[in-house]
Amino acid sequence: MHTEIIGVVATFIATVLLAIPLGKYIAKIFAGEQTMLDFLAPAERFFFRVSGIDATREMDWRDNLLALLTINFVWFLYAMVILMIQGSLPLNPDHNPSMSPDLAFNTAISFLVNCNLQDYSGETGVSYFTQIGVLMFLQFVSAATGVAALAVVINAMKERTTDKLGNFYNYFVKTITRILLPLSVIVAVIFLLNGMPMTWEGKDTITTLQGDSMQVSRGPVAAFVPIKHLGTNGGGFFGANSAHPLENPNYLTCIIELIAQSLLPMALVFALGYYLKRRKLAVMIFSVMTIGFLLLTIPTIMLEMNGNPMITHMGIDTHSGAMEGKEVRFGAAISAYWSILTTVISTGSVNAMHDSFMPLSGMNQMLGMMVNCFYGGKGVGILNFYIFIIIAVFISGLMVGRTPEFLGKKIEAREMKIAILIALLHPFLILVGTALSSYFAAHDTTMGWWFSGKASTWLSNGGYHGFSQMLYQYTSSSANNGSGFEGLSDNNPFWNITAGIVMILGRYLPIIGPVAIAGILAKKKYIPESAGTLQTDTATFGLMVFGVIFIIAALAFFPSLALGPIAEHFSMH
Amino acid sequence: MKTHVFSAIRLTVVLLVVCCIVYPAFIWGIAYFTPSHGKGDTVEVNGKTVGYTLIGQSFTQDKYFNGRPSAVGYNAAGSGGSNKGPTNPEYLTSVQVAIDTFLIKNSAVKRADIPVELVTASASGLDPDISPEAAYVQVPRIANVRGISEDKLKALVAQHIQGPLFGLFGPSKVNVLQLNISLDHTK
Repeated sequence: MHTEIIGVVATFIATVLLAIPLGKYIAKIFAGEQTMLDFLAPAERFFFRVSGIDATREMDWRDNLLALLTINFVWFLYAMVILMIQGSLPLNPDHNPSMSPDLAFNTAISFLVNCNLQDYSGETGVSYFTQIGVLMFLQFVSAATGVAALAVVINAMKERTTDKLGNFYNYFVKTITRILLPLSVIVAVIFLLNGMPMTWEGKDTITTLQGDSMQVSRGPVAAFVPIKHLGTNGGGFFGANSAHPLENPNYLTCIIELIAQSLLPMALVFALGYYLKRRKLAVMIFSVMTIGFLLLTIPTIMLEMNGNPMITHMGIDTHSGAMEGKEVRFGAAISAYWSILTTVISTGSVNAMHDSFMPLSGMNQMLGMMVNCFYGGKGVGILNFYIFIIIAVFISGLMVGRTPEFLGKKIEAREMKIAILIALLHPFLILVGTALSSYFAAHDTTMGWWFSGKASTWLSNGGYHGFSQMLYQYTSSSANNGSGFEGLSDNNPFWNITAGIVMILGRYLPIIGPVAIAGILAKKKYIPESAGTLQTDTATFGLMVFGVIFIIAALAFFPSLALGPIAEHFSMH
Repeated sequence: MKTHVFSAIRLTVVLLVVCCIVYPAFIWGIAYFTPSHGKGDTVEVNGKTVGYTLIGQSFTQDKYFNGRPSAVGYNAAGSGGSNKGPTNPEYLTSVQVAIDTFLIKNSAVKRADIPVELVTASASGLDPDISPEAAYVQVPRIANVRGISEDKLKALVAQHIQGPLFGLFGPSKVNVLQLNISLDHTK
């Protein structure tokens, strides 16, 4: 059993140690300094020339946002069209059908916004053309979109007064060519050596040792899984995601997939420190994130290794932990670690089924997504954290009776309004969605076109756990996470459309808000630090930020958590 | 605005070529040099393919080591777990039934020795492994059915235990298919 704990600790330490140099490298890319991949520059210039883009043109925050939103809309249209005609396109050896419009809407949005909620199963719902040409494509570009938005914000945090915040296309393309693609190739090679398939052939039929006939789904998995994790996307090639033996063959690949998904979210924090030459600020941010992460992770690992008390009560040997919905080659400890990591950063891939975790573990997974900035998704994690910093600066400023300032810029009414709206948007989307679906489920409404049958039948569990299933789905959608309590029947117009709308709002507003705040602040007069300036890179201020996060998450979400996982926990004893 | 639209479309086409043609083709090329050419590692017995190394298969007969319960019946055309919540009464009854069934089939085994993974469904429904304890607990039944001594079977299980990664990280496990193939060759 102790080897399971050692595995978890080693994975975490390895990730942090790799993230520091990578952060330095990313800072150099943002700043346009020399790196060892400069030989790619001619290729990048060629891409820009073909696209008619002047990547050296500095744009203000509005123009950068416009570029971001325009290209995202183009991808949405492309994805919708392909998903709805995939049945007639090539590379479909298993003859999987085209998607219905509501499922195509949900899937296109889901991958576009880096969420990767999946209301279909990979084996039967999509062709290889879709897996590689649409879903994997969106995994690359949605991750790079988040990083590029972050680059604009970090650029705006420099000590100067300007409205020139760099070029979205420049940050975006370099994120793909210099970070995501090279890392994907390295990770893919490791996967191939561990038996992950990479083939265009369809299902294989074999006769088993016992004499039964059995089919085995395959596909170009080894190209797909690296970017699924490096981009904090999380959408599985197969239905069982990274619990599937071909998508995660052994403990080594499990560690690699864990490192791959948390590497860039951590590295981006260090990149911020190197780029702004404010190491202490990066250390403060990283510490707050890590403390929050560990506070969720440690109890979850203990709960899962301890096993399900209701099964222990049956008198069998439960020393290997709560194994329902977990794989033997991973064990309870690293499955618990994965479940929290994948929810605090916005990956949403799973190596165990969250629906079957202990109630309080499920709560910790949801808290990870409700906070959504302990490391956080590709780029957007820090953007969410930035909002909390702005609020903390404002509150601290009021407490000590000074004009609130952050990095030499005054925080005033306009920025605060945006920050508060963005901070409240997340609970609003989650709680309204859950309230709506709970209303239908509780009244057992006949849903007509929206859902075939009565509303309560979309739950695979009754009572408190059923409520948790709905709460989880909207939390995952709004946090752009994509994991699920998979017992929920979500492939129908009601869930496809409502979750789709939550995903769009939960993605673009939290990008627009911080970019706007950063852009407005960048244009303000720079006030050099003095003895009277509130220090934002100290442990005291870190505690303040943590307090703000805790209050917003606790106050907004505690009542709903009490109705779901907490009530279920107490019903066990 | 207009310039953004045309740039966006053209850049999208460029990136489709780079990310969706060049990158996967490169990985596919590397896959060719792996033992299975990227098609998935298979296991052969007497020149006949009997399974994939990584994919668990259904063993229901008493003469074989049985794997874990599967929510998809070990049909690898799909995958998934039971998604039952930990307090679901229906689910807890099914676990109780699995325990009782196991005790009937393995009358020599004490209830307290049944490892939980033998009565709970895996996440993928295709789990190829069981824990060493889950293999040992089935030894008396198989010895009885096959007429092979328990000591010989225990030695066979011990041979098939794959320890933690580098001896340090993660749990120990036994691949059920490979164990059963060796079992068929044991007299």
